[in-house]
Amino acid sequence: MRLVILDNYDLASEWAAKYICNRIIQFKPGQDRYFTLGLPTGSTPLGCYKKLIEYHKSGDLSFKYVKTFNMDEYVGLPRNHPESYHSYMWNNFFKHIDIDPNNAHILDGNAADLQAECDAFEKKIKEAGGIDLFVGGMGPDGHIAFNEPGASLVSRTRLKTLIYSKVPTMALTVGVGTVMDAREVMILITGAHKAFALYKAIEEGVNHMWTVSAFQQHPRTIFVCDEDATLELRVKTVKYFKGLMHVHNKLVDPLHSMKEGN
Amino acid sequence: MRGGQGTTRAPVLQFTNCRILRGGALLREDLWVREGRILDPEKLFFDERRVADEQRDCGGCILAPGFIDVQINGGFGVDFSKTTENVGSGVALVAQRILSHGVTSFCPTLVTSPPEIYHKVLPQIPVKSGGPHGAGVLGVHLEGPFISQEKRGAHPEAHLRSFEARAFHDVLATYGPLDNVRIVTLAPELGRSHEVIQALTAQGICVSLGHSVADLQAAEEAVQSGATFITHLFNAMLPFHHRDPGIVGLLTSDRLPPGRCIFYGMIADGIHTNPAALRIAYRAHPQGLVLVTDAVPALGLGNGRHTLGQQDVEVDGLTAYVAGTKTLCGSIAPMDVCVRHFLQATGCSVEAALEAASLHPAQLLGLEKSKGSLDFGADAGEAPRRRDPAKGWVRAQVSGSSWFLAP
Repeated sequence: MRLVILDNYDLASEWAAKYICNRIIQFKPGQDRYFTLGLPTGSTPLGCYKKLIEYHKSGDLSFKYVKTFNMDEYVGLPRNHPESYHSYMWNNFFKHIDIDPNNAHILDGNAADLQAECDAFEKKIKEAGGIDLFVGGMGPDGHIAFNEPGASLVSRTRLKTLIYSKVPTMALTVGVGTVMDAREVMILITGAHKAFALYKAIEEGVNHMWTVSAFQQHPRTIFVCDEDATLELRVKTVKYFKGLMHVHNKLVDPLHSMKEGN
Repeated sequence: MRGGQGTTRAPVLQFTNCRILRGGALLREDLWVREGRILDPEKLFFDERRVADEQRDCGGCILAPGFIDVQINGGFGVDFSKTTENVGSGVALVAQRILSHGVTSFCPTLVTSPPEIYHKVLPQIPVKSGGPHGAGVLGVHLEGPFISQEKRGAHPEAHLRSFEARAFHDVLATYGPLDNVRIVTLAPELGRSHEVIQALTAQGICVSLGHSVADLQAAEEAVQSGATFITHLFNAMLPFHHRDPGIVGLLTSDRLPPGRCIFYGMIADGIHTNPAALRIAYRAHPQGLVLVTDAVPALGLGNGRHTLGQQDVEVDGLTAYVAGTKTLCGSIAPMDVCVRHFLQATGCSVEAALEAASLHPAQLLGLEKSKGSLDFGADAGEAPRRRDPAKGWVRAQVSGSSWFLAP
């Protein structure tokens, strides 16, 4: 894995956004060649979305040839409810960029047949040629998407019952296996409350109680963190990866732009 | 790929780089419009999978709903109460000219007149949708003749009437068919007013209290019978008294039917109401304040002397005098001036000032779902831009209810 450690939330968000920006541009997306991006919700990625929007508004990054697949959505919540992930994605990302609405895929928590909706989502990912870069977050209990402790590490997109949530009680979520299929995975982890889970996920073994640990077995994973998130790691680990920052920074510097006529 | 059932092919217009008045706040959001209605862009994105066909940069402007003027007696030389021939063209002229003041809907007002005038004029002022041609007519405001003799103001005494004899029948006999009527101003102290108020309210007509010597109790009873508006607060009514606040006391009355909001018209031209009085009313009951122009035919005529019907009028800035005297003869401040003056005098927020001229009159008339706001589904329209640098506002002639303002 790459463990990229930035001083604070803003710098971590910026590094992640720059990385995504460079990956998209270097891919040279076009009419017959879409870049597929997996996307998270929650408070952690907000800073990253803001930076991506900035790059778009300054004309450096276009999402015209990008397809997105969100990780999850609540079941039974009206699509325009302020807490729905559709609302989150619209307000925090889609409404500010130039993505084709046909290419922005989010699970429909109000579908008549929920399992069929999940299967169709897996199929859409396959038809899009798989995910080039899956961006995710991690919960304080080490979960990714709604793959809570105990979720199978080879799970696929499915219906999950939520226990920490009174209403809504169910959600549709990509499985750990679904994210593992991506060609590259980037997990954003910021804040001291995530520190223990990060320790469990990268310094202990692969364990379904800390589902993010599954990515130890993925060939290309980047963990982007702020200082606070590393507080439970060994000093040795942190020093090692901080020592590699000059290598990591080559991935985001120079920051490419579509204005160069890529 | 266009999806969804029954999706219209009509173009979607997106106004960007603006602040929109929505939910009582100025939000940094884009305004989306299709086929004369404000659109929910999130629904468009997820359900119809469409983006805008055209984007227009508003240069940081405020987008506000069009103003609604529920009391205007004429303008630009036209007097709604005096013209009996070609009333339609007079109304159309005023409708077209007030667009540049930001007014996109109005209630042409007729002052106390003899029955023949009502019978002749009313059928010629039908309810009409607005458009680039002019502001929409929401219905006529009949101010009088069922008003107090003592508080008649400039209304002709000879034509005052009562409905004591046959209540609602007298009303119908006086006005004729009420199809085009939206608001009636009357004095509730007149005998059998409760029957009349109830009958008018049952017909969907808004009853307003004004030109009256009613005390607070009579006013409260009138509201309980259905009255919802006060015509130009403070003017043509008993002054506020601490032991009997009169009609003014309705603003803080605890005897109104539950959930009912009493609205009140204010002429905020800086001349007809002292700013301190304006502030007292606003602070007592901000949600009910409705800005009106109560404009007379001299509106928009420019400085100098004009002959209007039988009268010679001298216009000087925002004041109109009977020629050769210092007697005021009506308001001539355009609505956008009233909004700005109201903002200055009360120190209220821009949002509150804009709502006083748009949302509140829409609520008064029960139209808030389609007018007076920029909520999804409300009326909107095409907006060819027209700059008016002299007044510092960027204006747009808009059909329906949307408008641009840039203070």
